[in-house]
Amino acid sequence: MIEVSALRKSFGDVQAVRDVSFRATDGRITGLLGPNGAGKSTTLRMLYTVLRPDGGTAAINGHDILREPLRVRQAIGVLPHSAGLYPNLTARQNIHYYACLHGLDGDAANACVDDLVLRLGLQEFADRRAKGFSHGQRTRVALARALVHSPRNVLLDEPTSGLDVMATRKLRDVVRGLRDDGCCVLLSSHVMQEVSALCDDIVIIGAGRVIASGSPDAIREQAGTADLEEAFVALLDRSL
Amino acid sequence: MRSILTVFRKEVVDNFRDRRTLFSSLVFGPLLGPVMFTLMMSLVLDKAGDSAEKDIDLPVAGAELAPNLLAFLGQNGIVAEAPPDDPRQSVRDGTHDMVLIIPADFPARFTAGEPASVQLVLDESDSHAAASISRVRRLLRIYSQQIGSLRLQARGVSTGVIHPVVVQNLDVSTPTGRSVVILGMMTYFILFSILIGGMYLAIDATAGERERGSLEPLLTLPVARHELILGKIAATCFYMLLSLTLTVSLFTVLLPLVPLDALGMNVNFTAVSALQSIGIMIPFILVGAGLLTVVASFTHSYKEAQTWLSVVLIVPTVPILVAALQSLKPTLVLMLVPSLSQHLLITEIIKDEPVPLSWTLVSVVSTTVFGVLLIALAARLYQREKILG
Repeated sequence: MIEVSALRKSFGDVQAVRDVSFRATDGRITGLLGPNGAGKSTTLRMLYTVLRPDGGTAAINGHDILREPLRVRQAIGVLPHSAGLYPNLTARQNIHYYACLHGLDGDAANACVDDLVLRLGLQEFADRRAKGFSHGQRTRVALARALVHSPRNVLLDEPTSGLDVMATRKLRDVVRGLRDDGCCVLLSSHVMQEVSALCDDIVIIGAGRVIASGSPDAIREQAGTADLEEAFVALLDRSL
Repeated sequence: MRSILTVFRKEVVDNFRDRRTLFSSLVFGPLLGPVMFTLMMSLVLDKAGDSAEKDIDLPVAGAELAPNLLAFLGQNGIVAEAPPDDPRQSVRDGTHDMVLIIPADFPARFTAGEPASVQLVLDESDSHAAASISRVRRLLRIYSQQIGSLRLQARGVSTGVIHPVVVQNLDVSTPTGRSVVILGMMTYFILFSILIGGMYLAIDATAGERERGSLEPLLTLPVARHELILGKIAATCFYMLLSLTLTVSLFTVLLPLVPLDALGMNVNFTAVSALQSIGIMIPFILVGAGLLTVVASFTHSYKEAQTWLSVVLIVPTVPILVAALQSLKPTLVLMLVPSLSQHLLITEIIKDEPVPLSWTLVSVVSTTVFGVLLIALAARLYQREKILG
């Protein structure tokens, strides 16, 4: 469960996030939708506690991101925009490192890594060094790494960008699997189709503000169009 | 604490597979010092041996005018040869180191007992010829003095008249003491190898992780940031220690191979001295790791970090250089300065002189405190949002 209220963040003169509030509930996939530079990534980065908000706050599973950052980080699994693996370590070692940093050790860590390798279908390259991985392979390993402690909340920043059709499908299946297990999944995207294919709830962000939110049907209704993409464009235009 | 250990283990394994780190901490750092040192020493020894023993070929114009002088030079290893057509030009373009010209009026003036001049054509700026030139000059002076003495004796005057002051050099430096000047370089090479050994890891921990994009996911883990950076600094220290141990071991093996006794040096660098040196250097590892990490934290990319850290490699030499120029003697106060105190202490060890325990204690404590402060600063810098770039 992720509850966001009135988040604000500036970098120098640039107001990246002006006023973002929404709620992402367990067992549902929530999509942050918006054009490039709308403040999606900055919002996510504040939620996974690498940036401090200038104002407003958020709570994950009831833990405040400012007061209990360590608790928050225990409760979340994160796939940031850049997958960032260690090129000299194998896929398995990359995942194992994160398992250890989450406090698992020895057999528990190994078992957990084995399980993820199977679940995400990494067997083929699990024992190869990450140096030569394709973008799709890297993303899958990074996702496995994010899920190593079975988090109840999963934050994904543009997870499918740059992936081919097959890789995208596989990733979507994993994300749906997480939802079916009762996780709260929050992902960002600037692609309408992506969000409409995957998300149960949509939060549209433009210029650092929430423009509309709700189920896809509610969004369509709000914009007065039958097509979701039209609705997205119409709502964005209306807000500017 | 467990997270620090996890990060430490991962960084050690990760960097063991990185050719750059491995090369710099296990090959370049440890080899450069001892090899350069041995090479330089051999060159110095060669040069010293060269000019002392070898005959010098000296072109002489008008050799037939001063057979006596030439015989004297010949006895002292100066072999006369035919002169070039243009002595000045041949010296200028380096064909000959120098040319001796005996003017036509030489025999007449010499016989008359008047000052008879000879000309030595030479190039003062030619450092290569300096040793031979000064030898020829010295022999000419000696010849002149000998003739002078003979003439005085012929007139019944004591030769003491022309030697009102006689200088006797009483050299009090012990052979080992003399060697210290040259061996002082050794401590710099050791400091250098420590820094080189940890340089790439220090870059990797900050600028490298950021550039690779692996820093952001790392910071989303439920691990305090200071634990992450401490694990990385510990790994940096590990590679520095590796580099230090290799360098000192190599010095211990190579030093006996350099014929230092040819220069009157008596080097006594045993396994015990090696262990003492390593022990004295260990606190400096903390300073080095802290310093490199702090500087790397301010840089935006791997390349920028590399540039800055190369500059940092020079920093520890500054106190040593100042000390050498001022010829500072080791004192308790100087033991407060990192890098300088290690230099002075190891120099004492090489000289085989007793080192007061208080000096060692002050050096170890002050350097450790300085290192811990730098590491604390590095940890603080790691807390900044800007660390993500």
